[in-house]
Amino acid sequence: MAFEGLAERLQGTIQKIKGKGKVSEQDVKEMMREVRRALIEADVNLKVVKEFVARVSERAVGSDVMKSLTPGQQVIKIVQEELQALMGGEQSPIKFNTKPPTVIMMVGLQGAGKTTTTGKLANVLRKKYNRKPLLVAADVYRPAAIQQLETIGKQLSLPVFSLGNEVSPVEIARQAIEHAKEEHLDVVIIDTAGRLHIDEELMQELKDIRGIKEPDEVFLVVDSMTGQDAVNVAQNFDEAVGITGVVLTKLDGDTRGGAALSIRAVTEKPIKFVGMGEKMDALEPFHPERMASRILGMGDVLSLIEKAQAEVDMDKAKELEEKFMTQTFTFDDFIEQLQAVKKMGPLDEILKMIPGASKIKGLDNAKVDEKQMAHIEAIIYSMTPAEKTNPEIINASRKKRIAKGSGTSIQEINRLLKQFDDMKKMMKQMTTMTQGKGKKKMKLPGLDSLFK
Amino acid sequence: MSFFKRLKAKLTGDAVEEKEVNDAPLQDAAQDDADDKDERIEQTVEEAAPTVVETEEVKKQDEVVVVEETALDIIEPQQDEEKEEKKPSAWSITQKFKAGLAKTRDSFTSKVNDLVARYRKVDEDFFEELEELLLQADVGIDTVDELMDKLRYEVKRKNIKDTNGIQAVIAEKLVEIYERGEDDLIELNLQPKGELTVILFVGVNGVGKTTTIGKLARRLQLEGRSVMLAAGDTFRAGAIDQLQVWGDRVGAEVIKQSEGSDPAAVMFDAIQAAKKRGVDVLICDTAGRLQNKVNLMNELEKVKRVISREIPDAPHEVLLALDATTGQNALMQAKIFKEVTDVSGIVLTKLDGTAKGGIVLAIRHQLSIPVKFVGLGEQMDDLQPFDAERYVYGLFAEGLEKELEEADEE
Repeated sequence: MAFEGLAERLQGTIQKIKGKGKVSEQDVKEMMREVRRALIEADVNLKVVKEFVARVSERAVGSDVMKSLTPGQQVIKIVQEELQALMGGEQSPIKFNTKPPTVIMMVGLQGAGKTTTTGKLANVLRKKYNRKPLLVAADVYRPAAIQQLETIGKQLSLPVFSLGNEVSPVEIARQAIEHAKEEHLDVVIIDTAGRLHIDEELMQELKDIRGIKEPDEVFLVVDSMTGQDAVNVAQNFDEAVGITGVVLTKLDGDTRGGAALSIRAVTEKPIKFVGMGEKMDALEPFHPERMASRILGMGDVLSLIEKAQAEVDMDKAKELEEKFMTQTFTFDDFIEQLQAVKKMGPLDEILKMIPGASKIKGLDNAKVDEKQMAHIEAIIYSMTPAEKTNPEIINASRKKRIAKGSGTSIQEINRLLKQFDDMKKMMKQMTTMTQGKGKKKMKLPGLDSLFK
Repeated sequence: MSFFKRLKAKLTGDAVEEKEVNDAPLQDAAQDDADDKDERIEQTVEEAAPTVVETEEVKKQDEVVVVEETALDIIEPQQDEEKEEKKPSAWSITQKFKAGLAKTRDSFTSKVNDLVARYRKVDEDFFEELEELLLQADVGIDTVDELMDKLRYEVKRKNIKDTNGIQAVIAEKLVEIYERGEDDLIELNLQPKGELTVILFVGVNGVGKTTTIGKLARRLQLEGRSVMLAAGDTFRAGAIDQLQVWGDRVGAEVIKQSEGSDPAAVMFDAIQAAKKRGVDVLICDTAGRLQNKVNLMNELEKVKRVISREIPDAPHEVLLALDATTGQNALMQAKIFKEVTDVSGIVLTKLDGTAKGGIVLAIRHQLSIPVKFVGLGEQMDDLQPFDAERYVYGLFAEGLEKELEEADEE
């Protein structure tokens, strides 16, 4: 089935090689076939794939790979490095005009998400860069596009400039820039109508808007689910209006987003932002290395670590470790943990970031129920302090009370108590192992495959 | 008759009986249908041959031939007699497909032509390049693999050595993979007149659900059905207004609530209103949602449940709008939306760009969901029933015509 990660796909080929003392060119070729398939499944443009595979092959046949003990891992590493390089090493910031207003034009196909992104971008500019943006409704063609931008402006309390849909977009843009100067708004974001890249008339219109005042940034908004055609779209837009950067939208879906790679490789324009959700603050800076992992289906450990670091208090973590060791871990600590995890975002998204998590049985299509977590919280909150520190004292009548208090059933309480007990047992095992016979034996069944 | 001749004959409307098959989906409402045809002809003529203006009385056969000559530019002498009987409808739709797919064809077909020209012999290198062409059309690697196996077998079986005629075989196999021996894939499950038909639209964000609903409403009206629209996208800013504009354009009533209200409640209201007013078809819009958002998919399930509770067989059609530029993720979209709402058909939108929408082959192949309509432009009547043969013909048109000419010369 589609969308197996590259790492999993390569496992098969690696298994074959494992027994051999040497990796032949034939083996590398076979691996490259898998790499090629994985990239095509991720919607990377075929031409880009071909060049890419050629380059990786060259490196992979090199001696250091062959001699290494884990040629498969080496190949994956090379692939990832090359992908990253291809996507542009550094993150690219927005270019502001020294003489305000800065003009940003949003262009793209219909339905790519220009209007929504316009709103999100304005929000980011205000929050992170302390700018005063003006939204310009220049999409006079799609029904209700102007209302959409006006509603967004209202939501964000940002000014929206519109002249209805009877005035030409060029005129709207011209007046908007004047308006921004008068009102001392320092960024003008022009939301243009979606158009096909082969529609010459409408492309001319973009050129005309461009002609009023050279925009500081022209962002091509691209749906991250776009297939092989992404390259044509990007190329045509670039040739016609000269884009300065790309915003990739709808990346919170389950697409691999190979289009990102193709566009970057062909136009050599940086990807500046990615849209990660429907809310108005869901626009994030683009990180090439994370995208590389995603395209390969390898999980996104970096984002996970970053999220954890942002949310978890180091001192608290130390304290917790102590508690693990001395086995004084209580329900109070448990709920604290639960909340820390929750702060990191939806659980299923966190799970997806763990490499190999998809391989664990049952977890691959686990739909983590956020409600379940609320139930657990309710149960714990219904316990007395004594019960929380000392769950052993919870007898049948206490259970009945807790069930009533939390609006759950006794079965659910039993389940939670059992889980908590198991967790404690596991910790006990872990601590005795680390303290006892050295780290070598610290092995939990299943844990090794989790981080492979 | 070879496959491509048969195909061309059918698609350009040569054979009368073929034409009837074509028109079957359009069903009754003969009067409207005729008007419809006239319009289409007019349009096609404008696109194809600006010199021919006098098209008011298109039904006169000889004039049709004039149109034919200027536009198609290829007339096979021995087919002239048959052409006399040509009905405009089938031909003009094919022309529309051709025009809509023009860009697609330019790149894809010229590449296939180029390929055939470069390789005189059918060998492994040829297959490899063909494979790449199909991959570039987003057909998807698993489906391409199967197609290539079939082609290799066919080439061996028929002992095809040179690339002459290979295009027809490719087209044939593509259609075969798509249709899998089933007919009537594109017909909408419409209830007999007087009973309410409910059509639910689903899909990810920005694929063109609302626009397609406007076009479909127009289409159904032309077939003589009364249409009502339900503004179920209560989430996206401006979505309700957008549907209202379409409603005004085509003259259909739009049932709506305020932004942010429960879409299931909107559906409930809409069904009650539709029953009361006795409309034939209720088309329900929903908010775009990415298929991996569990909560939003649950919401969609609820919307469907509410509809089914009010009318047991409804929704009679669940149409998944799919952007033709979408790559392999479309497969996941189709799979998950099917699981949740039991999708009965696909509307492939934005096929007038350079995207080929090859993923529909994979979707049909792996999930058995047929494409029912394609969006070929931005005009109100740019929604056409999907015809796999026409689609493939659109991709291969030039190549096929060339082969046909060569065959005739011999």
